[in-house]
Formats: sequence, C-alpha cells, structure tokens
Amino acid sequence: MPPGASASLWHPEAVSTLNPSLQISPEGKLLHLLTTEGLPAATLLQILDTARSFVSVTEREIKKVPLLRGKAIFNLFFEPSTRTRTTFEIAAKRLSADVVNLNIATSSQTKGETLLDTVANLTAMHADMFIVRHSESGAAHLIARNVGPDIHVINAGDGRHAHPTQALLDMFTIRHYKGGFNDLRVAIVGDVLHSRVARSEIHALTTLGVPEVRVIGPRTLLPRHVQNLGVHVFHDMEAGLKDVDVVMMLRLQQERMSGALLPSAGEFFKSYGLTPAKLARAKPDAIVMHPGPMNRGVEIDSAVADGGQSVILPQVTFGIAVRMAVMGILVGN
Amino acid sequence: MNIQINNARLIDPASHSERQQNLFIAQGRIAALGQGPAGFKPDRVLEASGLAVSPGLVDLSARLREPGFEYKATLESEMQAAVAGGVTSLVCPPDTDPPLDEPGLVEMLKFRARSLDRARVYPLGALTQGLEGERLTEMAELHDAGCVAFGQPGVTISDNQVLMRSLEYATTFGFAVWLRAQDATLSRGGVAHDGEVATRLGLAGIPVCAETVALSSILILARETGARIHLCRLSSAEAVEMVREARRRGLAVTSDVGVHHVHLSDLDIGYFDPNCKLIPPLRSRRDKDALRAGLADGTIDAICSDHTPVDDDGKQVPFAQAESGATGLELLLPLTLKWAQQAHLPLPAALARVTTEPLRVLGLPPQRIAVGEVADLCVFDPATWWRVERGALHSQGKNTPMLGMELQGRVRYTLVGGRIVFDAPVDRQS
Repeated sequence: MPPGASASLWHPEAVSTLNPSLQISPEGKLLHLLTTEGLPAATLLQILDTARSFVSVTEREIKKVPLLRGKAIFNLFFEPSTRTRTTFEIAAKRLSADVVNLNIATSSQTKGETLLDTVANLTAMHADMFIVRHSESGAAHLIARNVGPDIHVINAGDGRHAHPTQALLDMFTIRHYKGGFNDLRVAIVGDVLHSRVARSEIHALTTLGVPEVRVIGPRTLLPRHVQNLGVHVFHDMEAGLKDVDVVMMLRLQQERMSGALLPSAGEFFKSYGLTPAKLARAKPDAIVMHPGPMNRGVEIDSAVADGGQSVILPQVTFGIAVRMAVMGILVGN
Repeated sequence: MNIQINNARLIDPASHSERQQNLFIAQGRIAALGQGPAGFKPDRVLEASGLAVSPGLVDLSARLREPGFEYKATLESEMQAAVAGGVTSLVCPPDTDPPLDEPGLVEMLKFRARSLDRARVYPLGALTQGLEGERLTEMAELHDAGCVAFGQPGVTISDNQVLMRSLEYATTFGFAVWLRAQDATLSRGGVAHDGEVATRLGLAGIPVCAETVALSSILILARETGARIHLCRLSSAEAVEMVREARRRGLAVTSDVGVHHVHLSDLDIGYFDPNCKLIPPLRSRRDKDALRAGLADGTIDAICSDHTPVDDDGKQVPFAQAESGATGLELLLPLTLKWAQQAHLPLPAALARVTTEPLRVLGLPPQRIAVGEVADLCVFDPATWWRVERGALHSQGKNTPMLGMELQGRVRYTLVGGRIVFDAPVDRQS
C-alpha cells in the first residue's frame, strides 16, 4: 500500500507522496538529495565522479565556475551548525551562486511560524534551492513534498534520519584512499542510535558493494533492528576492528549521559574510544575518519586524530567538492 | 414516520444470518419483516435492491472534539460524519478539554448530541480527575449524568495503588473500566513502533514492552479486584496472546482494536507520512496479522474507528511533531468489509465486530433485525467503489492514511430510532 497522498498545501502539482522516492524522477534523474537510501549505485558514482572534477577547481587560483550563476541558494538551518553551513556556502559560491544564510533559531520560527510557512515565504523570494538542516527526522522530506517543481532540496541533516552529503563525501574519501569498495571491511563506531551520519553511511556503503559493514557500540547506543540494515553488530571493539580497512568514528553527544544510556564519557572511552592500541587491530593501512566535530578523549584519542592514518581533514576538503557536485547535478536536472 | 425498505439483503449478526426480505418500520421500531403489517402505509419507501441492511454501527471510540477542540472539528460535522458512516451509536472518550470528569460537562455533551438528532452518544467518563491519574472522579454522579463506563485513554496510570483503588471503587457500583495499556516511561519520547522502520527513519521508538508491561499490571489488578475491564486499542501480537491467555484462565476481560491497525503496519509510514502517526503506533506486519487473528478467533471483541480529527496544521509538520490520530467514522464500514473479504468471513460474523459485540462490551442488549427491535439501521451498498478524498469526507478531519485509496462499501441511508438521519442522494446534492 503506498503512503497516503495528503493534498499539498502549497503546490498542487508537486510530486505526490504516492511516489515513494520523492528524490528521483520517474526518468531516474535526481530532483532532491534527501537520503542515500534508495539511491542507485550509478547515481552515487555519478556524484563521486563529478566531485572529482571539482576537486581541481578547489586547487586552482580562481576557485570559481559559473555553473550556478544567477541561482539563489538558501541555507535553511533550523539547527545550529557552523561547519556544514560554511562548506555549503563555500561550495555554492564556487559555483557562482547567490547564497542566503538563514539562521532560523533567531527568526520567524520562534515567532510561531510553521516550517512550511517559512519555506513558502522564501519560495516567494525566488529561491532555487534549499539546503535544510533540522532537528526532526523527516523535515527535509516534508519540505521537498511541498515545494514547486523547479526547486531542489538538499538535506543537510534531519534529526537522526539522514545526512546524505556527509555520507557522499565519506564515500569519496574512501574511494580516494582505497581505490574502490569491493574488498573493504568498514566499521562504524559509537552512537549509531542517534546518528543520521551512520544511517546514511550504511545505505551508501551497502549500495556501493562494500562486502562487510560493521557497527560497534554498546547495546544502548545501537538501534534494536540495526542488523536489518545489512550490518554486522559488535559490542566488543577489539573484535569489531579486527582486519578492518576503514574506521568511521561517530561523535558522542554529552546528552547521552542522561537518560540512562551511558554512565560516563570515561567509561565510553575505555570501551569504545579509538586509541592507537585499538587501531592496531585494524589493518596497518586502515584509514580513520570522523564527520566532526571531534570530542577528543571521548570517542577518539588525540594521538589517532592527529596521527598518520587519520584522513579527517581531507574529509573536510573533499566535502566542498562533493557538495559542489550535488548542487551542480541537481540544477542540471 | 412509516418507512418501508424493499428488496434489501438483511444482515443480522445476532442470529448469524442474512436473508432477503422487505423491512417495515413504524414508531421507531421494526414493525414487520417480509410482509407489511395490516394497514401499513409507508410515508417513505426506500428501494434497496442491491443494498444491504445491517444494525447501525456501534463505534466504541470516536472523538467529537467538543468540548474544547472546536477548531479541529465540531459536534455538527462529526455527528454528520458518524451517520454518513452508518454509525448509529458511538462512545466518546473523556479526553476533551476539559476532560469529562464533571457531571455538568457530560450533561451538556449529551444535550448537544441529542439536539443534533443524529447518532446516539455514550460518553466515557474520566476515571481520575483531569485524567491525571491521582484522584478519583465522582463516578456515581457521572454515571447518573450518562457515562457508560470510565476510562483513561492516555498512558496507563503509573501509580499502581491509584489504579487498583480506582478499579475497586468502580466495582463497588458495577461500572466497567476502559484502559489502554501503555507504560508511560517505556513509551517516553517515542513516536513510532520500535522496529525496523523507526530504525531506518531515525524515529524514536515505542517498544512492544511499553504495551505488555502495562497490560500485565492491568490484567493482574483486574483479577485482584474483580473489576470489569475493557482493553482499548490492542497493538501487538504479544498483547493479543496475553489477552487470549487471560481469557483462557477465566478472566472476563473484553478488548478492541482500531480499524486502521487491522489494515496497516509501520511499513505504511513510508517516508514519514504523518497520517500514519497513530496511538497506539502502527506496529509490524506480524503484529497486524496477530490482531487480525485475534479478531477472527474472538480474542478481540470489537473493531472501532478511534476517530480523531486533526486539522492540516497538526499534520503538516515533521513526523515527531505531528498530532497523532486518524479520522475514521466514515471508514469503519468499508474497512470492516475489506477485512471480512480478506479473512473470508461471512458478513454477519464480520459485522458483529462493529454491531452486536460493541453493544455487549457496553453491557447493552444486541440490536437484532427482528420485529420489535429499535430501528437503528445502516443501509449500504457493499459493492460500490469510492475514492477516499478530502471532498468525500464529512468529518473536518481529512487525516487518514487511506487518502487516495479506493474502498468498497458506501452508506446510502442511516436510520436512528426509525428516522432517516442520513440520506446519501440528498447529501450529495447539497
């Protein structure tokens, strides 16, 4: 049974919710980037290949191409973020787009305006693209369901659900250092339960053919049905890291200590923090990744974060090229 | 008014039978079947060939949004929705604003409903004052004002001593207590069934144990106190099994299931469809199958709509922030028919779950298609397909997961006390 088609308030001709994949047109073109789930491998690879061509742009003197000239891109961040918003802004400007940053916490949202009213008002200002970050899962889908046909939505993180551009830049990073995906063992460590990054990574990794994806964490921080996503579950980090090629560390938020999920950051670090000793269980050429910002001494030891196997800073650089690629492809469709 | 219904298929769940006969109504009751009474002159003849007549539907839970939530819906629109759905009697839960914990509020609701002259309204009184789970309500006074039973539609009272004492007090007077099994702390923060779908969508989950832990307390206290308990809106396979086991051991407990839970699972949430945000949550396919099996073997007595109109503003927000509930009065009949068809049940048996069984839960005598019975009837076309669209619904709540679907079963006429309170051809013209 298809999901119910509620009448769109704003644009009756917007893609109906009976189309379960809102982000892909019937012809297979990417209309929005909301989640890595359900994206065909070809689409993921197209984004990675396009990003590769943009890497050279970021290395030039004049770091601009005119691809998005005249386009208005609105950064709609309902949740604070400096890093992600900045990389999107840089990426958009490198494509010659006009960027407007909306820090919603201080604006009309607090005056009681609904999410859709905010979007409708901005649409009336001729937005071509919305980059949305929101604390609730599904917010980007809600917006995408309610914008007109020529407006693209990029999900910059919705609640615990998805952070597709992070997953894409991580895939780019893995391909850059490992050449491909077919022979890899990848481990994702930490608070998978609350992580939109982890969910997006898992979908991308399994779609791209990574034969073994592992999640490592205490039971309270792993979703009950996580194995149904196609991952192997480990509670023992040493066992989980054995012979792994890629270690992806997740950030642990301070709030997890309340609500009876964890006793302390110290105990978490003891069992699940990435130290040189634990990293030694992985392959000698394993790479260490982190979406940032890091909590040194909580999920990752400084020696590892700053060590030779860490690719955390290159991830940030690649993030700009990947976001340029996503924006370019969407507007091109 | 004398009414004659010709050529209909009369479905009588009380006698597990159906027959093709003309039906004659006089002075609010069924005067005759087959042949008219001597000297009968009909004021109105309803040509009903191809149509079925059953007792009017009895809905054990329909929110009318009065008092307090008039902006979501009004008594007028929801009572019209009821009779458009063939519902002739409905139970209104106490979670109004203010809750139905004062006799004056109950009297007002009954008065308003009576003056609208549509379906019969049976208010469910609040078990505790303000529904806060601390102090008892004046159950005897509320009963005199018209409450049929007492309940807590929200989370189960967390103070077990209060729960036990409220059951004991209710038993003093022989009042039934309606409870929904949901542990407050285990369901805290959850917005969807704690299963694979919630994991994928990143939604906080409500585990099955939130239902079974509370249910276990309720069943034990029911046995301790001898209270007559009705369990509202079972949602999981484990809960159905617990009820089955309790009844096997002799506990006289009844239960119901929401009609949407008979047909949907958490998979139907798709990509965050807020119309699928329900209380209790839609659970897994396995749970849905167990609910259907429970209905078939009688472990679950009744199907109700759990009608909860929510306006667009309440649903057009991210899933976790959306108000829960679905509109259902106009879908109870077609969705019950759909279940009957899928479960290969004869119509009298299936319709019993929305007619005679709810009346038994209420402690009222069954309505039969028989001479002398009060003429609360639903005349419907079991075969006609219609599309569930905003314009097709009388309720102000257009929030149903079934939007866009085609269903079979459309009410043509509804009679309460022998009067036509819904007339589809007239309704369509206006």
